[in-house]
Amino acid sequence: MDDYVIEMLGITKVFPGIVANDGIDLRLRRGEVHALLGENGAGKSTLMSVLFGLYQPEAGIIKKNGKVVQIKNPNDATALNIGMVHQHFKLVDVFTVLDNIILGVEPVRNGFLYKKEARRKVLELSEKYGLRVDPDAKIEDISVGMQQRVEILKMLYRENEILIFDEPTAVLTPQEIKELMATMRSFTAEGKSILFITHKLAEIMEVADRCTVLRKGKHVGTVNVKETTKEELSRMMVGREVSFTVEKGRFRPGGVELDVRHLTVPSKLHKNNAVKDVSFQVRAGEIVCIAGIDGNGQTELTHALTGLDSQSQGTITLGGVDISKARIRERSRLGMSHIPEDRHKHGLVLSFTLMENLVLQRYWEPQFQNNGFINKNAVRAYSDKLIRQYDIRSGQGSDTIARSMSGGNQQKAIVAREIDKNPRLLVAIQPTRGLDVGAIEYIHKQLVAQRDAGRAVLLVSFELDEVMSLADRILVMYNGEIVGEFDPRKVTVEELGLYMAGAKRMDIRNIGKENKA
Amino acid sequence: MNIIADVLGSTIIFAVPLLLVALGGMFSERSGIVNIALEGIMIIGALVSCLFLKTANEAGRGASSPQLTVLLAILIAAASGMIFSLLLAFASIKLKADQTIGGTALNTLAPAFAIVLTWAVQGQGQTNIMLPTWVRISGISAESGFFARVFLKNSYLTTPVAALLLIVSIILLYKTRFGLRLRACGEHPHAADSVGVNVARMRYAGVMISGFLGGIGGLAFTLAAGSGFSSTVAGYGFLALAVMIFGNWKPLNILGASLFFALFKVVGNYASSLPFLPDFTGVKSSTYIYQMLPYIVTMIILIFTSKKSRAPKAEGIPYDKGQR
Repeated sequence: MDDYVIEMLGITKVFPGIVANDGIDLRLRRGEVHALLGENGAGKSTLMSVLFGLYQPEAGIIKKNGKVVQIKNPNDATALNIGMVHQHFKLVDVFTVLDNIILGVEPVRNGFLYKKEARRKVLELSEKYGLRVDPDAKIEDISVGMQQRVEILKMLYRENEILIFDEPTAVLTPQEIKELMATMRSFTAEGKSILFITHKLAEIMEVADRCTVLRKGKHVGTVNVKETTKEELSRMMVGREVSFTVEKGRFRPGGVELDVRHLTVPSKLHKNNAVKDVSFQVRAGEIVCIAGIDGNGQTELTHALTGLDSQSQGTITLGGVDISKARIRERSRLGMSHIPEDRHKHGLVLSFTLMENLVLQRYWEPQFQNNGFINKNAVRAYSDKLIRQYDIRSGQGSDTIARSMSGGNQQKAIVAREIDKNPRLLVAIQPTRGLDVGAIEYIHKQLVAQRDAGRAVLLVSFELDEVMSLADRILVMYNGEIVGEFDPRKVTVEELGLYMAGAKRMDIRNIGKENKA
Repeated sequence: MNIIADVLGSTIIFAVPLLLVALGGMFSERSGIVNIALEGIMIIGALVSCLFLKTANEAGRGASSPQLTVLLAILIAAASGMIFSLLLAFASIKLKADQTIGGTALNTLAPAFAIVLTWAVQGQGQTNIMLPTWVRISGISAESGFFARVFLKNSYLTTPVAALLLIVSIILLYKTRFGLRLRACGEHPHAADSVGVNVARMRYAGVMISGFLGGIGGLAFTLAAGSGFSSTVAGYGFLALAVMIFGNWKPLNILGASLFFALFKVVGNYASSLPFLPDFTGVKSSTYIYQMLPYIVTMIILIFTSKKSRAPKAEGIPYDKGQR
């Protein structure tokens, strides 16, 4: 007889135009870590929001300890000891840690807030579980990792027994992820039960006991993690075989396409330079990866390269032409393509149609012009061609408003636009951020295809797995400088981690010599 | 010395409506609703309470227990301001209308409504509701000391009421469960919702408190202006918004800001009798130069402070549960 603490049976939730959850069953055992796996839009977050009382399902029942319960709002969920760490933290920036923890369950004496007791309890919990926080610090002043600890303490303070984690690792560094896993283990050892939403398979294999897989709003299956493999999980999730290893052709680097010398870029956040005297080259037919933790100058470096911002010193040469001061359109015309870090801000005009977005960089070319007016027929024909060729899926084809498309297909549209220009150099920054396995696989294939076709690719990524599987050469960036250069076949992830954290660095004179031979 | 005491005394009187209305705006904005309708709320509060005072005077009530009647007028101003503010609350919380447009509509509505009602009560063309003289607290003799002259020469019940409401506001905002939740709704309503706080209810409360204080502020302004109510509060509602921003949405800073603005207003009025100020003889209509002072200072101050001031993050955005 299984000891189920929560059972969700036949849950159906319909949003206008889409069935987000279609008769889903989920059973959570006491004291287990139960992973909920699915692609973006599979219905994971919706299902958890139903359990947490944020949404009311159209059909289905929820049982706690075998008894049917009604969860109409988060208060009901809290009363049933269900707590949730949301993907986007629900913390008030200008409040202190303590105020955020007590909000909603404030201790009151004689009509006034009584925080003394609450503070003692928070410090006690923080001590017990090793969740270090300063109760008087403001949320806006503390790191993302610490904010997550506040969210966890919020649940513990409410004495929740069922803890929901919605993609908790997306914002954490590798070390913080390790700590989180250990914390989750210590919770289950005490008999608490955890629901863990993710689309990262490695984390499921490491920490989860069982895993329920959703696809397109439907329940695909529930498996014991010990008896399954990554490959099987991903097949369940995507509905077909997914390859994790990227097939690359032989490495045949050509001439230098991009030559960056002594590039220095001032920071917008502080007075120091964000990029300090950086020099490197990218050759035709190779993928150079810039690895590093977010915020070490990668954004500023790529902004200077692509012309979004200007550098204070140094030169950039593309295919032998000095583009240090060239305008963005000039750079694009000379063969630079750019898959930007923030696809909503720099990649697409969200309120334009897909067709308009696909010609954003070439509408002035004669083939799309008609006596000073845009030749709509030519644009449509071109757009239809790209949609077919790059398998961009959307509701109304060329006429779809970009905003209404899924993240993966928005990114495919950008990739199509940038690659179809036949660039000399493709600069891709975090091209797979927030995408599901299927879309990641697709983007990776496209990047490698560009390399194999003899183009230069500069990839900036925070995901070490991605760096290791795609790069021909790895540059590690730390604190605005390039602190190491590696051959991915000769370096371990752990070694890279030391350089990324600033614990080690190469002699600057040796950088750039590794692959010259 | 007497002139300085008079300037300070007038400053307090003119600071009171600014303080009350700016505190009102603060409660609304801290809950997440931009309340640009303060001007209209003041007008409605002043209109209804002045009509009450006029009626009370005609019934001969005032003379027997004047300050009790004024207290009643204050409560009536508060209630009518609150009811009027419900229009804004309903439009912006329930209907999720644009709060600036909703507020502007109410600001346009209020003076027109006031004129119509004044004429209906007093007859065509009678635009001014005269206030009875007994509303003023008097009791000062010619040889009183400096402080008596500052606080008592021209004094109304609204001044101690405002002081009390300021203290209550501070406690309510910072020391109670209600205040913590209200502030959370103005900063991050989704966070508040996720811990079981009813965002709509908190926002209704915020707007209604602003109506309550704004209504009293309208009466306080009319008392301070001294010449009765003629369907306007002379832009004080908007000035109060500036005071609120200058006061950085914090009660004590708002107190300081309203005293500061009131001082400039009064200096403008007293300019001709202050010997140390230049008198701009030879400039046409030179009296207006000092009367422009509070408004010019407002603009200059806002230029310097608006960068540092930090508005509640979620203000002006209708709360949508589904949006993440």
